[in-house]
Amino acid sequence: MKKLLLLGDEAIGQGALDAGLSGAFGYPGTPSTEIVEYIQGNKKAIEKKIHLDWSANEKTSMEEALGMSYAGKRCIVTMKHVGLNVAADAYMNSAITGANGGIIVAVADDPSMHSSQNEQDSRAYGKFALLPMLEPCNQQEAYDMPRKAFELSEKYHIPIMLRITTRLAHSRAGVEKKEELPENKLHMPEDPNQFMLLPAFARTKYNKLLEVQNEFEKESENSEYNQYFDGDDKSLGIIACGLGYNYLLENFVDEKCPYPILKIGQYPIPRKQIKKITSECDEILILEEGMPIVEESLRGHLDNTLKIKGRLDHTVPRAGELDPNVVRKALGLEIEAKLEIPEIVVGRPPELCIGCPHRDTYIDLNAVMDEYGRGHVFSDIGCYTLGFLPPFKAISTCVCMGASITMAVGAAAAGFFPSIAAIGDSTFGHSGMTGLLDAVNKKSNVVIIILDNDITAMTGMQDSAVEGKIEKICKGIGVEPEHIRVFVPLKKNHAENVKIIQEEIDYNGVSVIIPRRECIHARKAKQKREQFKFDSGGNK
Amino acid sequence: MKKDIILAGVGGQGILTIATIIGYAVVNEKLNLKQAEVHGMSQRGGDVQSHLRISDKEIHSDLIPESCADLILSLEPMESLRYLPYLKKNGWLITNDKPFVNIPNYPDQSKLIDEIKSLPNHIILDADQIAKNLGSVRSANMVMLGAAAKFLDLPFEKLEEGIKYIFGSKGDKIVETNLKALAAGDSQTK
Ligand code: SF4
Repeated sequence: MKKLLLLGDEAIGQGALDAGLSGAFGYPGTPSTEIVEYIQGNKKAIEKKIHLDWSANEKTSMEEALGMSYAGKRCIVTMKHVGLNVAADAYMNSAITGANGGIIVAVADDPSMHSSQNEQDSRAYGKFALLPMLEPCNQQEAYDMPRKAFELSEKYHIPIMLRITTRLAHSRAGVEKKEELPENKLHMPEDPNQFMLLPAFARTKYNKLLEVQNEFEKESENSEYNQYFDGDDKSLGIIACGLGYNYLLENFVDEKCPYPILKIGQYPIPRKQIKKITSECDEILILEEGMPIVEESLRGHLDNTLKIKGRLDHTVPRAGELDPNVVRKALGLEIEAKLEIPEIVVGRPPELCIGCPHRDTYIDLNAVMDEYGRGHVFSDIGCYTLGFLPPFKAISTCVCMGASITMAVGAAAAGFFPSIAAIGDSTFGHSGMTGLLDAVNKKSNVVIIILDNDITAMTGMQDSAVEGKIEKICKGIGVEPEHIRVFVPLKKNHAENVKIIQEEIDYNGVSVIIPRRECIHARKAKQKREQFKFDSGGNK
Repeated sequence: MKKDIILAGVGGQGILTIATIIGYAVVNEKLNLKQAEVHGMSQRGGDVQSHLRISDKEIHSDLIPESCADLILSLEPMESLRYLPYLKKNGWLITNDKPFVNIPNYPDQSKLIDEIKSLPNHIILDADQIAKNLGSVRSANMVMLGAAAKFLDLPFEKLEEGIKYIFGSKGDKIVETNLKALAAGDSQTK
């Protein structure tokens, strides 16, 4: 059979579809976006009327998934690692409610921060929630694991995290399909109180979760994804998680790795195999993508007689993703001399597209801010964050989704003037609206600029949840209608736009300014999507 | 058979299209392929690269180890040099000579070319001009793919099939132009 050539993300999407998926929920975030996008573009998924609309944020998507699971159907919820912080409230409690229909929480981590603000490791959340996790080492496992995840999820009535990292998410390889499973029929949880976390129920359920930990561990010990490979040279044992396993094998392409290897692809960490490798080998090297989670649990707090090498003793760098060379160094193998990058090569940072509406907005804004000095504009996460770079240098902060508005509110409370927030339309829908409510309730003296380009551009042109609704939302939240100002960021409107910004800075209260012009790539993306839906006869 | 290739360029120049066409050709040859690419923030006019690995054996790592690439194929001269640490000692560097200038401190072009020429195995061609002569500057990436064809160890027809497959929905004329661009690139490396 011909193999499908799929990104790791796409393999998860296809794997979930073939394992009886009924709904995909998520908020776009690099490197997780293509999971939902793939399902959205899949002809069969459209025909089967699988639910596949983007949600306003990760928390809402996690909760929507819980609802679908309550109704007995199988679903996947996707996000990037920092998105899991947003969904954390629901995710942590989902460990207590459990699942009815299978739930996969697919989280894509971004070690090396290719397009993220930190490189937190989602396995810490899985451990925190006391839930099992799966971590694929290649595209085939990324395809196979959703099936296993649904199985586990429905067997133990718990959500299963599927953790991947950027490199696998955005790398393509051939994948073999398995037979397709049917969707579940609608059915309610057997226990009518299952999803009712009143303290009395929650206490009981928490104890159940603790009791079942042993079984999770047994599942790990017997999992096909946790494999032990013996080696003759017991001076070193290697524990390799996820992609770490591939980078290890890459260093032994034409020969067998002489050391025993424990490959980990399912958590909790399998105790039996850990005991075996640590008792057999003199030293242990741990290769894991992200943070030293396995390493820390092996080291504990006491000095061990066993020598453990990994990120904590800097055998592997403390930060950043693994690659074949990092692993080669950690193994102490010889490194060939390489060519250097010639000095003449300079950096080429990303920038706002030529013709981007944000460019004009920042030119307008900078013209006003010249008078007050820079450092007054709190920003958020999206294409417009690039306004920090030259030639604009228009914004000063980028912390987490929604923080522009709330930081401006906090600064205004300190007496900072002018206090301005710049936030995109999609980010506003994600987590700016509640901040705006704070601003209104606190009667803050802030100017909130909602840069409306009609799309979620940064992650690849997904619809924005607040499209066509921004003014109404602001009015509903309580912003004075005369201080909701819309302008078109174009050169010819510069003088007028500068005047509007100045007027709203001069107003003592909450102002919202909406520079509105379509991202130059948005129309094309929308047309393509409409055309696709039309071609596939989808009517979602 | 094993080929490790770095595709280099600037966001939007079309390296992912090159990767997709090679990918199509490879899968139809029943070879293994891994292709890692850059998404997200870096795509906005920043430098982008893709690691493309082809082999008749199993491929483990999605990333090419340093000093292991057989070929760097670049749509832009400065970007061709950025990935030199990945190039094998006697690997080939094939690059378009037309600079993509979107930064104020873009280096002196003749110095860049000198730097490229100091490598033992290199091919420099003006893919933009070649593509322009064929009536479509946008197919410069296919000229570059053509120039690399001989180094790929894949049947040329498979690349042509890939082009037909990828551009098929855009109409015969676009397919035709891209096929011509591929052939023109190929003829540059006799
Ligand atoms: S993708 Fe759209 S919003 Fe983003 S920088 Fe380009 S034009 Fe602007």
